Amino acid sequence: MPRIARDVVFVDGVRTPFGKASPAGLYAETRADDMIVSVIRELLRRNPALPPERIGDVAVAATTQTGDQGLTIGRSAAVLAGLPKSVPGYAIDRMCAGAMTAVTTTASSIAFGATDTAIAGGVEHMGHHPMGSGVDPNPRFISERLVDPSALVMGSTAENLHDRFGEITRARADAYALGSQRKVAAAYAAGKIQPDLVPVAIRSAERGWGLAAADEPPRPDTTLEALAGLKTPFRPHGRVTAGNSAGLNDGATGCIIAAHDVAAELGLDARMRLVDFSYAGVDPAVMGIGPVPATETVLARNDLTIDDIGLIEINEAFAVQVLAFLDHFKIADDDPRVNPWGGAIALGHPLASSGVRLMIQLARQFAEQPNVRFGLTTMCVGLGMGGTVLWENLNA
Amino acid sequence: MPDILDDDSVLTSLFPDEVVTRALVRDVPLPGGAGTMALITLDNGYDHTRPNTFGPAGLLALRDALDSVAGRTDIAAVGVTGKPFIFAAGADLGVAAQIRARDEALAVGRLGHEVLRRFGELNVPSFAFVNGAVLGGGLEFALHCSYRTISSGVTAVAFPECFLGLLPGWGGTYLLPRLIGPARALKLIIENPLSQNRMVAGPEAFSLGVADALFEPADFLAESLRWAARVLTGAVTVSRAVPEEDWDQAAAGARFFADGKLHGAAPAPYRAIELIAAARDRTRDEGFMAEDQALADLLLSDELQASLYAFDLTQRRARHAAGAPDASLARPVTKVGVVGAGLMAAQIALLFARRLEVPVVLTDLDQARLEAGVGHVHGEIAKLASRGRITADAAARLTGLVTGSLTKDAFADADFVIEAVFEEIAVKQKVFAEVEAVVRPDCVLATNTSSLSVTEMAAGLAHPERVVGFHFFNPVAMMPLVEVIRGTATDALPTDEGTLATALAVGKALRKNCVLVKDSPAFVVNRLLTRFLGEILAAVDEGTPFEVAEHAPDPLGLPTTPFLLLQLVGPAVALHVGGTLHAAYPDRFGVSQKLRALVAAGQTAIYGPDFSVVPAVAAILAGGDRPSTAEQVRERALEALAEEIRLMLDEGVVAAPEDIDLCLILGAGWPFHLGGITPYLDRSGIAEKVTGTRFHL
Repeated sequence: MPRIARDVVFVDGVRTPFGKASPAGLYAETRADDMIVSVIRELLRRNPALPPERIGDVAVAATTQTGDQGLTIGRSAAVLAGLPKSVPGYAIDRMCAGAMTAVTTTASSIAFGATDTAIAGGVEHMGHHPMGSGVDPNPRFISERLVDPSALVMGSTAENLHDRFGEITRARADAYALGSQRKVAAAYAAGKIQPDLVPVAIRSAERGWGLAAADEPPRPDTTLEALAGLKTPFRPHGRVTAGNSAGLNDGATGCIIAAHDVAAELGLDARMRLVDFSYAGVDPAVMGIGPVPATETVLARNDLTIDDIGLIEINEAFAVQVLAFLDHFKIADDDPRVNPWGGAIALGHPLASSGVRLMIQLARQFAEQPNVRFGLTTMCVGLGMGGTVLWENLNA
Repeated sequence: MPDILDDDSVLTSLFPDEVVTRALVRDVPLPGGAGTMALITLDNGYDHTRPNTFGPAGLLALRDALDSVAGRTDIAAVGVTGKPFIFAAGADLGVAAQIRARDEALAVGRLGHEVLRRFGELNVPSFAFVNGAVLGGGLEFALHCSYRTISSGVTAVAFPECFLGLLPGWGGTYLLPRLIGPARALKLIIENPLSQNRMVAGPEAFSLGVADALFEPADFLAESLRWAARVLTGAVTVSRAVPEEDWDQAAAGARFFADGKLHGAAPAPYRAIELIAAARDRTRDEGFMAEDQALADLLLSDELQASLYAFDLTQRRARHAAGAPDASLARPVTKVGVVGAGLMAAQIALLFARRLEVPVVLTDLDQARLEAGVGHVHGEIAKLASRGRITADAAARLTGLVTGSLTKDAFADADFVIEAVFEEIAVKQKVFAEVEAVVRPDCVLATNTSSLSVTEMAAGLAHPERVVGFHFFNPVAMMPLVEVIRGTATDALPTDEGTLATALAVGKALRKNCVLVKDSPAFVVNRLLTRFLGEILAAVDEGTPFEVAEHAPDPLGLPTTPFLLLQLVGPAVALHVGGTLHAAYPDRFGVSQKLRALVAAGQTAIYGPDFSVVPAVAAILAGGDRPSTAEQVRERALEALAEEIRLMLDEGVVAAPEDIDLCLILGAGWPFHLGGITPYLDRSGIAEKVTGTRFHL
């Protein structure tokens, strides 16, 4: 029997404020599962038109799926959040593109007709689960030269990208990073970020209870001079610094995805339509280039060019990786279409949760710019991948 | 010398062992631009098994925290919340137990008021976010705040003070009735603590008006802070509807209730009722000052000291039976046999199935009785399921666990067989011999006898060392005590340690409190109740009017009157147990002629359904020419108890007077304010008068 794929829409997204992954960070003594539970409950509070029993699935991404991110976290978070036990859930992993993959996977299931709605999101507590903790890379990666030894160290892959694109200098990377900080500061001042943050009660055994209500990583007062003075930990006299990269962070994100017709039936606000998506593989040693082929595929398949894209939310794992993308598409470093409210260099990048943060910001920007029809969310992924999702603005 | 009422260091130095609850202050940005809240977290540094409590040092820590925020102009509110699962469990009882002088007692009350009332008198609103258990002084703390939220996950909201012989004297008797009306306040402060220390859950506390908002535990604090922000910005208006009630009528109702439980025997509830009734017309200063005085009186009272002693017994000694063998000697119990299928056997089978979750087989020689017994258990399981106490799956599992067998072969692989057959030694010996023929040599043979000799029951068995007494109290599901009786054979093997350890482990798994008792006639509870009742019956035999004898013990505040107890036990059973004891100790245990006549006349009830004495019973109990006064009857009964307890301790029936008290508290429901009974016998001078010494030196 032939099937007709259904249109899928992004209804609403929220996230926890992002914290610094350190013993003094906001979430040092807060469980990762409690963070994603806060997100799910806030989505339900904000969208009373969505009956909890109509949620078809809960897909939650995490890169490290042990401890407080284990126990198939989409399901355990659903139970902890108080969703009806009839609502299933699962864990998902595509490293940095985890939440993005949670969205595209649940969207595929909705388009296929297997489910009507889903909650998709991600969580990464890099303080509890430092990058690479517990991994056991197969020795064949190296012995058979399947990947370059630098491929498993993300900072080194960023240095590799600088090698490949000599025109992307450290100065350009630092300038881009400064721009990201300033855009985030401006967005905060204008109240653009706050509406989609769910405050999270945080406890410290020594300091007592507190409340995480704003992102911890931004450094609005940083300067080019300060950035220029930072060490290059991945290489002597290298170009990648803590200042022109995203930090190590804790955070959780989530969104409601629904079939367009079901959103209409329930009275849910359909804010953007998922037009298409693509994941691409690249050489793991230069994983940061991943968004380029992923985006090319999506554009080509939809008969679009980059000029048709009015807004681009690109994850800033490293400034160099963003700049490589912009150079490829001949977009200026300070093009207003790109990350207008700043990005991960300032806000932080809790690996598997970042994909939905991009969508949350894109959805807000779509609402402010109803004349823009298409937007992209795109990100690079460890082990040599890129992911791009093409969205259509429904605010017109 | 510095005055304790002026110098706090004097007070804290009196209680060097206080576990201090810290007051951690942290600035919290409130959502929605509502400003900054100084949020105080109460945390004593331990997990939830050691709740936050307040002694002098904890109160001073709280005062320091208040001092650090009181002068600030940059905060919009002050909040307070607890550590995970616990808000605060009130005053430190360890401190209460150590208070010896009135000025110490007064100082503790005043310091509590001085610190806590400031939360209601700050120049910014205060919020209590009740995230977990909130008892006594912890609840008073919350009441002092301007607003309260409570988690729907909280299971313990209570003022347990009157249960212990205290009252909520840090503002509770004044603030609560003015917040939720006197009737509800009296329910929480008087009725609940006097009803097995009942506690209410968060949703009920909210519906009673104790809290202004209710949030789910998953994100309780975050949502509470959002709510607080909305209160501060005016987006939420808190309206409280204090019911219009007749205060005097409410107080009279509470007094009637307390009289029914205590007959005036413990002062605390009556003082609390007085304070609540007066709260309507008092100023805060007057109300709090009156609480200080009442608290000081009660802190020094004998009733409180006895209650603290009793409370400690139930918290500690009840969990680890004195004289227990090494718990590691206990053998696993994976299948249970119950001999008999009568009502008692059925109750026991149900309890074993529910708590041990292992197969339980009942046996009876009679098919109809067996079916009735198993059917009764299955029916009770179905009732539990229909009331929502257990799930349908759990009911199916339990039903499958309880089966019946006409032969004892079904016990072949049992680890623990308990008999609940007719109370006659020959019958029980025969049953054990039959059971021994089929079970493994290490299977425990337990008897639920209430008065027969465990040692004698084991005599003649191949393995008498695995016989143990396991004496439940009626109703089996409710009463927390099990007397575990050690056989004392000298010509054969007495109960061995592995058997005792297994019995104690089973008792614990059944969630009962076990007291280890040496085999002796009627063990502890029945022996003492029989002696006590025996003296009262003797007085009636002699000519004391029924009404006088029946109410002679009222000033003690016992849970039942003597003849109501007789009715609950059943005159025939009482006569049987009395007979056993009379045979053992004819000098001290007489046989009441009037009781014998009651049984002979087939009278099973003393009172009719309308609570009047059955006329035929009244006729039997009348007569005699040597009446005593109520006071004489009471003294005689108490003196007999003192004598009997001393003899039991000398015989080594239990390890210490603490075990006697524990048995009376848990097995007979004797009150905390008597400390069971030995603290009362000490303080009344009866112990010394009768035995020449006190039970507690």
